[in-house]
Amino acid sequence: MKIQDIKESFFIAAWLILLTFPIMVIRVNPIEDVIEWRWWNLVLVGTGSFIFSFVWRYLMHRREAGEKRKDSGDAGDIPPSQRLLRNPRFYVPALIVLGIFVLAFPFLFSAYQVNIMTTALIYVVLGLGLNIVVGLAGLLDLGYVAFYAVGAYSYALLNHHYGLGFWTVLPIGAFMGAMFGVLLGFPVLRLRGDYLAIVTLGFGEIIRLVLENWNEFSFGPSGIANIPRPGFFGIDFSLEASTRYIYFLMIAMALFTIFVVNRLQNSRIGRAWIALREDEIACQAMGIDKTKTKLTAFALGATWAGMVGVIFAAKTTFINPASFTFLESAIILSIVVLGGMGSIIGVIIGALVLILLPEYLRAFSEYRMLLFGAIMVIMMVFRPQGIVSGVRRTYQFKGKGDKAVKTRETVTQPAPTADHS
Amino acid sequence: MEPILEVKDLTMDFGGLRALDHLDLEIDKGEIVALIGPNGAGKTTFFNCITGIYTPTEGDVVISPPGKKRERINGLKPNHVTKRGMARTFQNIRLFPSMTVLENVMIGRHCRTRSGIAGAVFRGPGTREEEQKVVDKSYEILEKMGLSRFVNELARNLAYGAQRRLEIARAMATEPFLILLDEPAAGMNPQETNELDQLILKIRDDEGISLLLIEHDMQLVMSLSDRIFVMDYGKKIAQGTPEEIKNNPVVIKAYLGEEIDA
Repeated sequence: MKIQDIKESFFIAAWLILLTFPIMVIRVNPIEDVIEWRWWNLVLVGTGSFIFSFVWRYLMHRREAGEKRKDSGDAGDIPPSQRLLRNPRFYVPALIVLGIFVLAFPFLFSAYQVNIMTTALIYVVLGLGLNIVVGLAGLLDLGYVAFYAVGAYSYALLNHHYGLGFWTVLPIGAFMGAMFGVLLGFPVLRLRGDYLAIVTLGFGEIIRLVLENWNEFSFGPSGIANIPRPGFFGIDFSLEASTRYIYFLMIAMALFTIFVVNRLQNSRIGRAWIALREDEIACQAMGIDKTKTKLTAFALGATWAGMVGVIFAAKTTFINPASFTFLESAIILSIVVLGGMGSIIGVIIGALVLILLPEYLRAFSEYRMLLFGAIMVIMMVFRPQGIVSGVRRTYQFKGKGDKAVKTRETVTQPAPTADHS
Repeated sequence: MEPILEVKDLTMDFGGLRALDHLDLEIDKGEIVALIGPNGAGKTTFFNCITGIYTPTEGDVVISPPGKKRERINGLKPNHVTKRGMARTFQNIRLFPSMTVLENVMIGRHCRTRSGIAGAVFRGPGTREEEQKVVDKSYEILEKMGLSRFVNELARNLAYGAQRRLEIARAMATEPFLILLDEPAAGMNPQETNELDQLILKIRDDEGISLLLIEHDMQLVMSLSDRIFVMDYGKKIAQGTPEEIKNNPVVIKAYLGEEIDA
């Protein structure tokens, strides 16, 4: 920080004072025919903008310094947050405390809180599912909510017409999700980037519009009501117990998702997805079947949305197309981007922040979207990689490889000459 | 002995532009063959045609991998070509920049392994064993290429020369019988080029892999190649040993232009 910065911040403050002077300071009182001079506002605008600009400048400096460090090759170090997450002395007790909290949660808090938490968990799973498509395979999908709708309507309709129960439909929902994933996957196999985004966006809208307008099939905008909650060996739950039950169901679902996604991203298929994201042509030239890899990404991503859709229908007991608008897709995508593409922990944190924060900030509900936008802008400027960055660093396979490598490093031939810069 | 790669009458049209004009080329087992020519002669297009990135308009690309039967491969997708044993590198390096060096090579093993989604989720003994083999084999290749101390480095953090070698390592991981190198020495300093020379010979002698390379560095081409093909405007204008090519007037004309008598 130099005098130069202070000068510039000062200039910005002065400029803003000048700009806002007519609206913030002068006020005409037509009743008494006088002009009020609100000098206090001038002070507030001045100091506020000065501090804001100063902090912004400071953060920019830090970011530039960080980039320089990266360029000079020191970036191989693991950031402190990651080191903490990897240290067993930290994460074992943390996981135990978290586990106890999660288990005790529905007994400590009201049904309202439990409901919110269940919703947040639904978004955790949706985020992790979309993470396969966007974060790992690098296919920008703006119509992800369509698969969620497919799952929800699978349960609602199969139950309505054939009386199928929750547990029967859960795998069917997953299967339907996967089928629709492949259905979307085929036409977009050749597309990339912006074009892919537009087509997926269209796909999402098609599904919603069909559900809205095909009255005979989906009962149109009025939706489907009286969807039964999930059963448990025929036991009837009270409303409260049922809320808890769905909460635990979602916890199990989230854990299952985390387990599977974690295994997938460290596998042969996961690597193929990442290679596809990094360079499509090289990926194909290295013997990876692009078609198959893309389709599995779409299908597996959609599977989670299908399953969670079934749970969503069972939780709310009423669904209509209004629950599956583009805004939902955008929120799920924001979760993935904000949390950190390709990072499981990042996506979980992203979902919790984006879903829980608005609920608990209801007092400021007028400013919610403003805050949301501001957070997004600030995040993208200062941490474009998301809250928790980098799948590479959490790549557990590397650890195993390390061991295999270390035992042999002693017999390595003379080091290559190329310098690591 | 029949050649391992046989290209006959290969023609590629882009709209009205004929990028390759009835090109013939063959490579025998254990040969290092260079493809040279002025810029824009169609060398990279030739690579793209025989590796499946483009589908040639006319002609045949036939491979006879050692121990396997003859097969016509034009029109096959790039991944199938690679699976049949022809791997390549790119003129502008195309690594997977945010994967580690080891992972880059592991990607090369993809077409030689088979575990699927179920294997990934349940991670049974078969999958684990395969995975371990992939790691071991990839590391072995990195050692051969002198890259073993960068295993866990991100590919984009490597120096330029090391990135070039990593691309070759990645191609080797696919177990090819023929590697196509597109300007492997581009952007290298003389010392790095020298090492590359040794490395290419080592790949041929130790692994028994044949090589076809596009290269502008004439010193490298002359010292390495068993045979040289020269292209200009999509046509083959000469072929022969380095000695023959050096003194071929047609080649000199293509490179330096015609002498004009005043």
